[in-house]
Amino acid sequence: MMNQTANAQSTGLLVDEELDRGLWPKVVYVGRLLIRDKAGMLGLAMFLIVVVAAVFAKPIAPHDPLKQNLRVAKTPPAWTEKGNSDHLLGTDNFGRDLFSRIIYGSRVSLTVGFFGVLIAGSLGLIVGLVSGYLGGRVDNVIMGTVNMILALPYLVFVVFIAAILGRSLLNVILIFGFTDIPIFVRITRGEVLRMRESGFVESAHSIGAGKIRILFDHILPNLIGPLITIATFEMSAMIFYEAGLGFLGLSVPPSVPSWGNMLATGRKYLTIYPWIATFPGLAIVFTGLGMNLSGDWLRDVLDPRMRRVKR
Amino acid sequence: MQRYIMSRLIQSVMILMGVLLIVFFMLQLTGDPVSLMVSRNASPEQIEALREELGFNRPMIVQFVDFAAGALTGDFGMSLRHQQPALKLILGRLPATVELASSALFIAMLIGIPLGLLGGSNPRSIWDTLARGAGLIGQTIPNFWLALILIVVFAVNLGWFPSFGRETWSVFGLELPTRSVVLPAFALGVFTMGQLVRFTRSAVLEIKNEDFVRTAYSKGIADRRIYVKHILRNAAIPLISIIGVQFGYLLSGSIYIETIFSWPGLGNLLAEAIGNRDFALVQAIAFFTSLVVVALNLLTDIAYGLADPRIRYGD
Amino acid sequence: MSKVLEVRDLVTKFYTFDGVVHALNHVGFDLDQGETLAIVGESGSGKIVTMLSLLHLLPVPPARIEAGQAIYYDDAEPIDLLEQSKSEISRIRGGKIGFIFQDALSALNPVMTVGRQISESLIEHTAMGADEAKARTIELLEHVGIPGARQRYRNYPHQFSGGMRQRVMIAVAIACNPKIVIADEPTTALDVTVQAQIVDLTKQLQDEMNMAVIWITHDLGVVAGIADRVLVMYAGCPVEIAAVDDLYEHPRHPYTMGLLGALPRVDRTETERLVSIEGAPPDLMEAPCHCQFVWRCPYAFDRCWQEIPPQTEVDQRHFATCFYDIEQGRPRQDG
Repeated sequence: MMNQTANAQSTGLLVDEELDRGLWPKVVYVGRLLIRDKAGMLGLAMFLIVVVAAVFAKPIAPHDPLKQNLRVAKTPPAWTEKGNSDHLLGTDNFGRDLFSRIIYGSRVSLTVGFFGVLIAGSLGLIVGLVSGYLGGRVDNVIMGTVNMILALPYLVFVVFIAAILGRSLLNVILIFGFTDIPIFVRITRGEVLRMRESGFVESAHSIGAGKIRILFDHILPNLIGPLITIATFEMSAMIFYEAGLGFLGLSVPPSVPSWGNMLATGRKYLTIYPWIATFPGLAIVFTGLGMNLSGDWLRDVLDPRMRRVKR
Repeated sequence: MQRYIMSRLIQSVMILMGVLLIVFFMLQLTGDPVSLMVSRNASPEQIEALREELGFNRPMIVQFVDFAAGALTGDFGMSLRHQQPALKLILGRLPATVELASSALFIAMLIGIPLGLLGGSNPRSIWDTLARGAGLIGQTIPNFWLALILIVVFAVNLGWFPSFGRETWSVFGLELPTRSVVLPAFALGVFTMGQLVRFTRSAVLEIKNEDFVRTAYSKGIADRRIYVKHILRNAAIPLISIIGVQFGYLLSGSIYIETIFSWPGLGNLLAEAIGNRDFALVQAIAFFTSLVVVALNLLTDIAYGLADPRIRYGD
Repeated sequence: MSKVLEVRDLVTKFYTFDGVVHALNHVGFDLDQGETLAIVGESGSGKIVTMLSLLHLLPVPPARIEAGQAIYYDDAEPIDLLEQSKSEISRIRGGKIGFIFQDALSALNPVMTVGRQISESLIEHTAMGADEAKARTIELLEHVGIPGARQRYRNYPHQFSGGMRQRVMIAVAIACNPKIVIADEPTTALDVTVQAQIVDLTKQLQDEMNMAVIWITHDLGVVAGIADRVLVMYAGCPVEIAAVDDLYEHPRHPYTMGLLGALPRVDRTETERLVSIEGAPPDLMEAPCHCQFVWRCPYAFDRCWQEIPPQTEVDQRHFATCFYDIEQGRPRQDG
């Protein structure tokens, strides 16, 4: 029983030594964390469902989402009196099948969310690294701009820009991609500063590590945790905002099935055919819920593990 | 404290200058602002004439100085559609939005703060579950959809509240809110409610573990006193910031709710202006809203500085 | 001298997601009225956990006190601190046993005036009204050496310097004339001159009020200056207890010897390297079934790997938790 397990004298900034023991223990550990947190598990499952729906929309959707069929227009959901099993969630005012449109709508939402976060995250990361690492005047100017942008009323400006640019998927992605950069800049810079302050960078430097090497070996791995967590929440927010823009008729063109567009249509018929608006909204809530629960779980998993300091 | 206020004041002024630039250039960056404003089938001569009339053919610098000077003196441009000064229109709509935002904030605070407190002080209890659930609801339900559902359930089916329009109750020249504000305020306030629950709950959880709370226990102080004078008093200070920021968010983010409920406020005006491609008005609203939010943030920071003795009596 | 506190066999564990932390393993010590007991040990040796256990100040979902007694000899009946109910222990906290925490800046409520933080204790434990408590507080502040006490009553913790803040912390702890004051590394964060002042102040107050003081530290120099007796802790175990001179001159536990050997000394003229103890403390997640120092002990033999040594009296009021007899140079013969 010569067990020499000493307490890890880690700086706390690198990953725990337990997790260093290879890939499989890591997977098992994450699995344990997942099972312990039922909400997180649920969230990931929900998110997965949406992704599957988006990717396999073609085989899953029973009808063509664009096909209009005025004969079956305004049919209520299948479980009601006047409903029919051909259209599970009913049809809209043009006779388009709601269920299929919702499935295809997930594509727009996920595309906007994913690429929006990709753009905002990568650009924000670069700017944040520059700002945090270089410091001084560059940092002041960048943070001044960031703080200014963050102080503005977001919705007003998003709506303004969308109105100017016109309706297209690319425009929407670009709008969210660029307006969300400040948040990622702030997070990245915060992390970089934290690491600089901990004296860690200085000591690595003093043993001869070049700036670039420090960057890749130490700073970036520590950024992954917070970035992924924030990315999840921002993605969820973008999906919401896209739906909002669609609701105002400022998102993708009306022919494209998006949850926001569907809500806009549904609003007109709210009092007589309420299902047209209800189901797209439920889809948004479902997706948002999945992403938020996943994000909460990710935050619990990634942050304390990667930054735990054993004293 | 004075230095704190000064620095915040300067920051606010710089932000506003930045806003002026952004708002101005947003319009210019589209290439040709004038062609955005006219109907599709306007002739090139008509466009040119309008351009000259509106002064868009002057050099950029001149346009900007004109714009900025105007903003400083209260001239926010002219609404093309209404043929009235933008500021006048905006101020006319402002009371309705303030009523809506205040009501939403009130409801959010009424539900959110107590629930967060109960949840944070009783971990793993039913209150904690409710608090986390409320936080989740606030985060995941889009307010425009909630508005639609509320209308269907409460206005159409139950008939308890009107589904559109704003009614006020005139008392001594004051316009007081009536039940017409309830559904819109609920829908608008749900996100803020979620933020308040989450923040309050996590503040209580965090503060409970602070060293000074342990010191208070080590002195044998009664639980209730520790809770109120030590935990709550510390949680209340950052709460001021959150409330201020949320109020700004409510004032500026009401476009969906006002559109759905035909609420005659700023958000509605904005939606209208966009529909009419009245970009001068849109620009004015964007600047005005920013001004309000920045001023609100400044006031919030000052209140925070007064409340936190570390800033108020800081060295 | 009469005993005021008698702790026996204290076992405390923390049940965490990653496993069970065996923080305290059969900790025991005595405290006499008016005496100063220093508790020495590395970080993680359980010094502060012991004290927090006594007053039920540990966060209870992870922490669990599984065994032991802590007999407190009050004027009336002796009582077991570990058996007290919530309201009973509240009475003792602050009233009979006071606490001085390490970092006064984080240990004081930042948004409450320093005066209120003292007077609230008085109001809670004595029959004083608000005005009387305020007057008494100002007296206390003066007594601990804070000038301009009347104005300083209304100041907030951040408005004091480190040393002054520590004096405030002391005033908080002694406000209700407790019989025992537990000080958790009160001078660690201060510079040396201020340290000396705080030590002197503590001694003075102790004499005046006939208080027993438990002084937790990892600084052997401070121990020499203030302690009557010393308890050395290692990995949650009480390794050696003795009067201070006895400990320094005749250490009976290999760990204590190592600690003392590691002290830089002004009177040594030869340049020798500081002796350090090889190895690192054990992982507290493993339930101890033998001596916890065994990996680093130069005298370890087979029995050390098989059983947990008991606290053995090796001299008058001098206990060592070890199977090896250092004086004789061989394993202990008895038991």
